[in-house]
This record gives sequence, structure tokens and C-alpha cells, in this order.
Amino acid sequence: MAHSDEKSQSGGKGSAVSRRRFLSDVARTACGVGLLGMGIGLYSRQAVSLPALALRPPGALPEKDFLSACTRCGLCVRDCPYDILKLAELGEEVALGTPYFTARKAGCEMCEDIPCVPVCPTGALDHDLTDINESRMGLAVLSDQETCVAFLGLRCEVCYNICPVRGKAITIERKHNIRSGKHALFIPVVHSDSCTGCGKCEEACITDKASIKIFPTELAKGKLGEHYRVGWEEKARAGESLVTPDQEHIYNLPEGQSYDHGGEGLIMEESQDSPFSSNPLDTLNRGF
Amino acid sequence: MTMKLNSRPGVEAVATKGFFQAYKWLLLRRLSQLSILGLFLLGPLAGVWLIKGNLASSLVLDTVPLTEPMLVMQMFAAGFIPLSTALWGALFVVAFYLVVGGRTYCSWVCPVNIVTDSAAWLRERLGIAASSSFPRNTRYWMLALVMLLAAVTGTMAYEVVNPVPMLHRGIIFGIGLSWSVIIAIFLFDLFIARKGWCGHICPMGGLYGIIGKISPLRVRADRREMCDDCMECFVVCPEPHVIKPALKGADMGNGPVITAGECTNCGRCIDICAEEVFNFGYRFNNQSKESS
Amino acid sequence: MKLTRRDFVKSNAIAATASVAGITIPGIKDAIAADDGIRWDKAACRYCGTGCSVLIGTKGDRVVASQGDPDAPVNKGLNCIKGYFLPKILYGKDRLTKPLLRKTNGKYDKNGKFVEVSWDEAFKTMAEKWVEARKKGPKGIGMFGSGQWTVWEGYAAQKLLKAGFRSNSLEPNARHCMASAVGAFMRGFGIDEPMGCYDDLEHADVFVLWGANMAEMHPILWSRLTDTRLTKKGCEVHVLSTYEHRCFELSDNSMVFEPQTDLAIANYIANYIIENKAYDKSFLDKHVNFNQTTTDIGYGLRDSHPAQKAAKNPNVGKFNKISFDEYAKSVAPYTLEKASKMSKVPKKALLKLAKAYADPKKKVTSFWTMGMNQHTRGVWMNGLVYNIHLLMGKISEPGNSPFSLTGQPSACGTAREVGTFTHRLPADLVVAKDAHCNFAEKVWKLPQGTIPRANGKSNKVDQTDISGKPMGKTLIHAVAMHRALKDEKMNTFWVMCNNNMQAAANMNEESLPGWRSSKNFITVSDPYPTVSAQAADLILPTAMWIEKEGAYGNAERRTQFWRQQTNAPGEAKSDLWQVMEFAKYVKVEDVWPTDLIAKAPEYKGKTLYEVLYTNGQIDKFPKEQVTDDRGNTYNNDEMEDFGYYVQKGLFEEYRMFNSAAGVPKKGHEMAEFGAYHKARGMRWPVIDGKETLWRFREGYDAHVPKGAGVKFYGKPDGKAAIISAPYEPAAESPDKEFDMWLCTGRVLEHWHSGSMTRRVPELYRAVPDALVYMHPKDAKKRRLRDGSKVKVVSRRGEIVSRVSTRGRNKPPQGLVFVPWFDAGRLINKVTLDATDPLSKETDYKKCAVKIVKA
Repeated sequence: MAHSDEKSQSGGKGSAVSRRRFLSDVARTACGVGLLGMGIGLYSRQAVSLPALALRPPGALPEKDFLSACTRCGLCVRDCPYDILKLAELGEEVALGTPYFTARKAGCEMCEDIPCVPVCPTGALDHDLTDINESRMGLAVLSDQETCVAFLGLRCEVCYNICPVRGKAITIERKHNIRSGKHALFIPVVHSDSCTGCGKCEEACITDKASIKIFPTELAKGKLGEHYRVGWEEKARAGESLVTPDQEHIYNLPEGQSYDHGGEGLIMEESQDSPFSSNPLDTLNRGF
Repeated sequence: MTMKLNSRPGVEAVATKGFFQAYKWLLLRRLSQLSILGLFLLGPLAGVWLIKGNLASSLVLDTVPLTEPMLVMQMFAAGFIPLSTALWGALFVVAFYLVVGGRTYCSWVCPVNIVTDSAAWLRERLGIAASSSFPRNTRYWMLALVMLLAAVTGTMAYEVVNPVPMLHRGIIFGIGLSWSVIIAIFLFDLFIARKGWCGHICPMGGLYGIIGKISPLRVRADRREMCDDCMECFVVCPEPHVIKPALKGADMGNGPVITAGECTNCGRCIDICAEEVFNFGYRFNNQSKESS
Repeated sequence: MKLTRRDFVKSNAIAATASVAGITIPGIKDAIAADDGIRWDKAACRYCGTGCSVLIGTKGDRVVASQGDPDAPVNKGLNCIKGYFLPKILYGKDRLTKPLLRKTNGKYDKNGKFVEVSWDEAFKTMAEKWVEARKKGPKGIGMFGSGQWTVWEGYAAQKLLKAGFRSNSLEPNARHCMASAVGAFMRGFGIDEPMGCYDDLEHADVFVLWGANMAEMHPILWSRLTDTRLTKKGCEVHVLSTYEHRCFELSDNSMVFEPQTDLAIANYIANYIIENKAYDKSFLDKHVNFNQTTTDIGYGLRDSHPAQKAAKNPNVGKFNKISFDEYAKSVAPYTLEKASKMSKVPKKALLKLAKAYADPKKKVTSFWTMGMNQHTRGVWMNGLVYNIHLLMGKISEPGNSPFSLTGQPSACGTAREVGTFTHRLPADLVVAKDAHCNFAEKVWKLPQGTIPRANGKSNKVDQTDISGKPMGKTLIHAVAMHRALKDEKMNTFWVMCNNNMQAAANMNEESLPGWRSSKNFITVSDPYPTVSAQAADLILPTAMWIEKEGAYGNAERRTQFWRQQTNAPGEAKSDLWQVMEFAKYVKVEDVWPTDLIAKAPEYKGKTLYEVLYTNGQIDKFPKEQVTDDRGNTYNNDEMEDFGYYVQKGLFEEYRMFNSAAGVPKKGHEMAEFGAYHKARGMRWPVIDGKETLWRFREGYDAHVPKGAGVKFYGKPDGKAAIISAPYEPAAESPDKEFDMWLCTGRVLEHWHSGSMTRRVPELYRAVPDALVYMHPKDAKKRRLRDGSKVKVVSRRGEIVSRVSTRGRNKPPQGLVFVPWFDAGRLINKVTLDATDPLSKETDYKKCAVKIVKA
């Protein structure tokens, strides 16, 4: 028993046998450890790919950096006043021991003092985050327009109403309901420049499976062609046309009508009760 | 090597010193291990937050940070420079174990120790002798591997499988399927390799062993001349190779201090020795009486 | 702070799980497995006064599916989020299924624990208490129903109280909701309910919201208004409120005014119209007369209250005719400067509003709800808006409509049309008028003098009470009922179909002590264990909504029927059954004096049930199988229990008040019972099968004779009344200690006290708790932030909740808004029970509070 113990103790005494034994031990250990390392490495690569529906606490570094920084101590979990965070347990898809929350179960309440961040000893949760509105835990995506009852014309707006970045992260776009003919649609629209990914919308979504979900931003976000600029936004940013403004146009038009180039197009004379102008002279002088 | 295997180890010690003296350090260790767990659990269970977090990182009385040094090393290896809180935390921990002995962590704090001690005890009771042999320095290879993995993957890859924080965190935050890993270690130690995990593989043990190389607090075989070669200390010692130079090395000019960093300061040898050969002491005055 | 916040959240979570007994609709999996075999039928939505129609899918006596009714003109297949979850309100896990009586050692005990009893024991106990209490006088007993009663439930209760028990102590929760609107309709037009209809939503050019958060409270109407704003060129939306709410998102002219100064703003607009001679002179000459109301009328508080003592003419609603010039003079002080200064609304905004009203080319529809009704000058304020419309002649035609919206699904259909108020009888008749009572007694086949007159005199002779003494004054309104209970003058109280312990203001000082007084016996009928049920002595389990055949009337005079779709759980019974069955436990001799019985000897020894309901009219229609045109069959539990088509009998007798020869007040005609089961509702008056869209206008309204153009036929002279009324301050304003205004209200996701919607997990999750909406600067001043735990404290009580500085409602500095749906945070402990002295409706929108860290 414990044969090797004594060998390793007495190793290096110089006999050829023990030197050979030493070298083979080293090789054996190196191989074993190397294989183990490969196993752990591969397992960890798979185990650290964060599932789309698990969200990191506010201020979490990008996932790879996060996994190099998080000690899995759970101090953030402890300091969450709403008990929303938990540490991943073995068997869950999230990297073992790391903190996360599931929006559908309970979204981040976005405390103004962000108590979970300063307590992080390593900076895996970035201490530079002091305004919770600047956090980006993910991005809300209205992932199913067929089941979102707002698109059906129902008055829901629960996601809009519960959104902590009120009126910025989710706005309501009102549209005519062509089907009913006399109602409006109140469509929730997510704005990535303000959405923190807190998940309150997904938590509160009233459909059996949430129609709005938080996804990792890099998964959710599209990208416009690098060359392309949105004209009206550029103009608004510049405060004026980027080129010389259009000149004034003059058109041939029937009397009483105007053409407003900048706005509404052809403007007809206001409600004509009769084909005749109110001034009889106009009629008389019109000729035949 | 000859051993008196006619009776189980400790019988003689109990007979001569009484039960409590024969189990003194073991009981104190268990008390220490459970108290530390208890302190961590006091918060979530009773709302008394003396210490928050877990062994990976914690905050004592909401002010003093503590951080596991191997984690900080992995961060650096992975290319991440942590905040000073974590660095201070690691510094405090290293400083503490530099004084009390690095692997004191293993025998007085680490919750896995209870698991592997139980496996060793049961192995003894069941008389399982067969044990696959691999070198004790595997843990240093492991330590190197852990750092390499961190460097290569850029993440603390080993922490996905590291059973030490897994068990501690599991008890405090929810265990999930981590029981299976703990049971695996238990079975590994029981059937495959004697003292396999703590004594051979665990890279944290490796690191603490390095830290403990110069620690002043040591076990000494000050009364080694009284040794009656019962060999019980070798049987109970989790790292038996550390004993021999001190106990039997007088003629080679070795002093009575167990100097190897791998000694966990568990004190089992002190308990088990009916002749009271061993005692806790300092590493200084390590002269062989014979040679002096 | 962290710990307390965590504890707070946790304790709430526990409360939440207790109140939200999770709902899975039983049998829904089978239904999904095989979509066929579902029986579909129409019903009116259970919630607000909009009156959306839904289709209910049942299978195996379970509602397994629902949809918005695509053929319904109101909602065209749409619902709000509450309507989406309608079936779930039936299946809360804590439905009450057995009568529960407080008992100790097997006997009724005021301080005992609730134990299950039989209906027979429940009614026996109750009848004993009621007969005893009635001996005290007509106000010894009381009943509080609601605009959630079906039409016939209200009608049956009306008969039970006024004719059976000979007591006018019957009130609906519409008193808390619509009474001010009713008061103004009666004063201005002599007939209740709006002249316009929802088609105004498509026809108006300008919408003005006076204290109505339609975006949340009338979600589907708001959807229509929004669509008009989106699609109609030049359409404008003006929003007035004491805080910014969701309607402001659509607003073209946003006006947050200082509470109570709406009176000044309305008078300013009238002044503007007159100064600019924009009024329609010929309309005024032909159809309007001018009046001045009595001023300094107090605040409907107890007579002992200092604010009440200080009033010169407490509770006086008299108004006197004046000339146009006198009227003009009365509004002249309300200049733009003055109105702007008082209201803190910028002049520009007020002017824009005034111009919109004064522009003869723009069709203006004004909407209002509780902001104007729950107002200590609610009747005045309603009237001031009518004044503006009348000055311009912008009334009773498509798009030109002063439109009072209702909060209850049948505030109009039941509370107002059936008249379940202390002072009313069906179809706008009142107990103050002998002739009206005589007519009602004739319809009901009762001896003259049965119904207590308001002043206790029939034909100028004192009515005798059961005690042998004269009847005395008999009117008692809802708030006074709670005061009478506290004073132990009223000893029995039956609350049906609403949650008055959570609703009535000043719970600590008035409601709760009264209910829990050892002299009083309180009965609550409810499907769920509400705050009211908790405070009761006897709880009766109630069949709700589509568990019975029903009828509701919405805010545009649309009457909608539905058939019974499923059976109620356990022994739960409809309010209709409860009212009628209870009548079997009381004999005429128990409550009528001998001289009255002598006038109708045939009723000797009879029960009230026999006298009131098996009178040859109500029991006229024999038992039949209820079916629809597609051959589906439906249960009708009341028909089964009583042996005749109860609902039909009640409705047809009720219709006699609308259509019988010699009705004292015309204009309420309805179609016969069967017609409503076929139609998606009909808007009354229904004459010769034709509905009425706009009242008082020739061509649209059959009651207006040819050539008249317009006729306000509710008034004897056919003219509407413009009634001048000044600004008078609120009952309680912020001061140094209580430095904030408190305004209460609702949210889209919950309906009223949340007894149904908070049992729908999704709705609960969407809005779990009532928050204290606050201006960020007010919060900062008190070192609070979003999420901080605070106490809202008034002179009467306090609640604990969390601050919201970034929520849907944005109050100005100096005002907080707290919704009242949350049974865990009873804001009615804080609110003041000041009422409009004329309508007796509580002002839930204004009282003084302070906000302190909790």
C-alpha cells in the first residue's frame, strides 16, 4: 500500500531502476493530468456557454470575461434585496456556481443603488456601473407577434407599464386597426439604446408563454449595413440638412389650392359647399 | 514495513490517555469545520450576517474581504486583473495560512475533508487494502493544469468541476446535482485510491502545501525517542510521508519538526500516539538532539 | 435598509401567495385536445361600464375558452387585458361554496369563528336580526348592492327593501361612483344617462377628458378614441387631470391642474364663450334656461364636523332661475388670468381648450368619470361642463356630446335605470314624489302607502311604521349608512356584489367600527373572501357573472343579456336567488303595520316572497328549457328553484315602468325580454324595435316631435338648465403637517378592489401591489427613492407601501397617487369621507396626507 509514496520520497537516490521509475511516473502523471485537463477544458467550454434565457446580474462583464473574474462567492446573491439572483447548481445549464436570474421567474428590480454590484470582490460585476439605467443584462425582444395580444388589438401594454425605464426602453406605437376599422393597435416597441434587459416585461407578459423575452444582446441585435445612415436621424442630429436645402418650388395650380412641398402635398380648398366661390365676382369674371 | 494490525489504531491511545485526549484534535477540527459552515449558514438561515458569501470569496462583518488565492491566480492566468478587494482578500488568506500552516485549510476548514476522512475511516473498517497508486505530486501537476486551463480558455475553467467550493457553496446556496460529485470523491477515496483526493489530486491542497512550506506553526516529534514503532501514526496520517523524516530521521541528522508543507496540521498523530511523541510547536529549534 | 426591504418583499410575497390561489382552468386540457364540442354563447364583460361583448366557450359545465365577440359593435372582438382573463375569475381556488356564520359553541356569536351553516340556518338567523332591527324604523336595516348586480337582481332587491321591508335603506356602490353624474343629469335635463352614444368616438373632432383616465379605465373606448385621433385630420385630444396619466401620451393639450380648480377652468371656458359671443344664441333661446345654484353648501361630513358647521347652506341643492346677463355676470370673474393662476395651468393651454369648445366648426365630445364625480362639488362640476356644451349647442348630435362614463358594468342598467338608490324607483321615479310611489305600488299590486315616502307622508298623511309610530324621514345614503352603523342606529346591513369595506372612505373611523359593533349584524354575499367578507358576521357564497342568467346596461344605454353558461360551485347561489329566497323567511306581519295589511287583506299571513314575487306577474312565465337559435340548451338555476322563468317575469314587470300606460316619466322604453337574447345589446329608448343613438334630437329620438329640432323632454318645459356654480375649495387641503394631496384611483390590470383580478396570477404578476406614485423631487426631499418603503399618513389612518417615481402615473409636486385595488394596503383607511353635499358621493380624489419613511 502507498507504494509510490515511499518511492516518491526516496526518489532521486540515483539508481537506474528508480530513475526509470521516476521518468515513467512523470510521464504517466503528465498523461493522466493532460487527459483530465482536456476533459475539463472541453467540459468547461460546453458548460460555460450561457443559455439564452439565463441573465447575468447588472454590470456583469461580457460572458467570457465574467467567467474569468467571478469567484462564484454569491455575495451578489446575498445582497439582492429581492432574492432574484441565484448561483447555478450542477445540472443547470449555467456555468457552475455563477450568479444568474431567469426573467420569466423574476426580473431584476433595477434598484437605484444597485446593491449587488459594489459587493462583488473581483469586479466581475463592473463597479463603474453606478446608474442602473446604464446596465445591459440583455435585450427585450418581442419575439412572437402572433401571440402578443397587443398585435391582436387587445389593450394589454403590461410590458410597457411595468418597464422600469419608462417610456424609453419600451414605447407604444399606435396604429390603425384595419380589421375592426375603429380601434387602434397599441404596439410595444423595444429600444435597444435604453433597454437594460432587466426582464420585468418577460416576467409580467400575460400570455401562457411569454411573447416578449430577454435575449443576450449579441443574439438579439441586428446590424444595419455599415455604410447606411438613417436620413432623418442624421438630419435631426445635425439640426439641418446635410446638403443645401431644397429651393422653393412654384407650381401651376387651380385657384384656392396650394402645394406644400415640405409637408402634406396638394392642399385642396377647404370643404366646398358649392362649386361657386363665395365672392360672386369670381364666378362672373371666370368666363365661359 | 511492519505494523501491529492486531488492533485498530487508537485503542491503545484511548486506553492510556482517555477518550477525549485520544480524539482531542479530531474533535476540535470537526468543531472548526462545522463552525465555519455554521457561520456562513447563520446569515441565510437566521438572518445574522457575520460572514457573507462562501469560501471562494466572503465578506466578514460587511468589511473584511477574504478570497481564495487559487481563484485569484486563475484570474491572472485568464488575463483578468481583479479589483483590489479580491487581492486584499487573497492576501489576508495567504498571510493567515503562512502563519498557521497552509494545509491547515485542508484539515480545519475545507468541507471536503469530512467526506474524505469518512471515506478513509470506512476504508479502514471495511479493510479495503487495494489502492491504485499514483504519485502524490499529481496535485502540483493539477495546479499547473488549472492555471494552464485558465490561460488557454480565458476562463476559470477548473471552477466548473472544482469540488471544494462546489460542496461549500452547495451547502450554503443550494446543492443541485453537486452531491453526485461529492459522492464520486467519497467512492474514489473508498474504493480506488486511499486518501486519493486530498492527498494526491486536489490542486488547492497543492497550493496550500506550497504556502505552508515556511509556516512557523508545526507538528513536532519532540519525544521521538519514546516511539515504540506501533506505526499507528502512519496509518491515520493523511500524508504519511511527512512523518518519517522527523520521527525516524534522527540518525540522519533530521530535527524533530515535521517540515513538509504537505502536513495538514491535523493533529491526528498527536491524538493517536499513546506515547505522546508528537505535539504542536514552532518550526524553530529544529536540531537533532543527537547531533547537538 | 437592505434587510427591511428584503423582509418587506418577502412578507408581501407570502401575502401574495395567500391571496392568489393559482388558477388553472379545470378541464382546459381536454378542451385543447379536442376543440370541437365547445358550446359558444355571448355575454357582457364582467368589468367596466364600456360593455364589451365576449363569447364564452363551455364544455362539460366548465368555461374552457373565451374570445372577444367579433360581432359586437362596441369592441369588435377586442378585449382589454382583464377581459382576456375573464374565465379565470370564476375559478379562483378560494371560491366560497357554503354559507359561513360566526359562531361559538354552535351558536351565533359576533366574535365567533366562521363555520359552515346551511342556507336555511343562514336565512333564519338573518331574518330574525332583520325583523328585530326593522322595528327600530325604516333606517334600522340597510342593504348595499351595486352596479354589478344584473338588472333583475337590482330590481328584486328594490322590491324587497322598498316594498317588502318598507325601507328606503337601499343603496348601490354607484353612490361612490356615479351619483354626481346622476345629480347633474337630473338637475340639467330631468332624465338620467348620456344623450350620446359611443359613435361619438368616431364623430368628434375634439375630445376633452375632464378627470377620466380612459386609457386605463375604459381601455376599449380609448382604443376607439385613439383611432379617431390617428385617422381623422385635425382631431385634437385635450386632457385635464390633477396628475399625469396614460391619456397624456396621446394628448395635444396637457393640463395638470391644482385639485378642485376644475370648477374655475370650466367657468373660465363659459366666460370665454360669452365674452367672444361664440355661443349659439338661437339654441339658448329655444332650449335652455339659466339658473344660479345655492352656494356654500358644506362637504357632506357629519354635522358635528367643523367644515360642516362653517357652511352657510349645508346640503342645499336649490337653484333659481336667472337671466342670461346674470349668468354672464356670474362667470365674468373667471378670466384667463384667474383661471390660470388658480389652476397653475399655463394660459396658453387654457386658451387652446376654450377655443376648441368655442369653435363652431369643431365637434366636441367631453368625457369624464371619477375625477369629476368623486368631487365635493361633483354635481356642480358635471353641470359646468353641460353649461359649456349647452352654450355652444354642442349636444345631442353625432360628435357633440358631453359624455359621462361609468365605472360599473351595469351602473346604468341596474343602479340607475332600476333605481337601487335610497331616493329612487325604477325609470327615474323618486320616492320623494307621491305620484311616483303610487304608480310603483300599482305596478307592484300593493296597497297605496306601502313604499315609504322620502318624508314619510303618503297623500300628506304620516305613513305608519311597524312600530305603530310615524315613518319619519326615510332617505339614507351610502356614506350615512356606515355612519348609522357606527352610531348603532342601523343594526343590520347586507352587502352584495361589492367590497364596501375596501371601498368606503375612512375605514378606521367609520366603516370598521360600525361593522364590528356588537349590536350590528352584517351579511356579505360574495364569491370570494374579500375584506368585506372578513369583516362580516354572515357570508353568503355567490354565483357570479355567467353562473346565472343576467343583464347589464352600459354607459351608452345599451342593455345586454346573457344566458347561464355554467353552474356555480358548491352551494353558491346568485344574488337573485338569495334576495328572493330570503323573502320567504319574512312574513308581512313582521314588517307591515296592521293598518297597511288591512288595506290588502289578501296578503295576510303571506311571506314577502309571495307578496313581491308570486304576484301573478313575475311568476307569469312558466318553466321552460332555455335554448339558443342553434339548438344549444342552457341551465337556469333560479327557474329550476322557483319553478318559473324568474328573470323574464322580473324584466317584464320592470318594463311596465318604462312602457305601461300612464308612466309618469317617458323616455325609458325597452324591448321585450326575448329580443335582448338575440341582439348584441340595444340602446334605449327602444320604440317599435328601433333603438336611440342620440337623445333629445329630432330624427334620432322618437320622443322629439317633428319641427322641434331639439327637445329636452325630461324637463316639463322641454328646456335644459344651465346652472351657474362658483369655485369653492376642497374639504381638506394640504397644510404644514399633512403637506401632500392624495388622489386615489385604479389601474388597467385590476378591476376595482381586485377581488377578481388579483386572483388571476397573470394580472397579479403584472401589477402585484399598489404603489405610491410620487414626483421624484418630492421623493428626494424626503430622502426617498423609487422602491423605498413609506407610510402614507392622514388624520384618519395610514398604510405602508413602496414609492414609485418612474411609474405610469406622474403626479406633479405636492400630490401622490395611490390605487385602491390592493387588499394588502387599504388606502381607504387614509381617505376622507367628505362627500358632495348634493349627490352624497365621496371625494376619493382629494385629501391631505404626509409621506414618511417606513
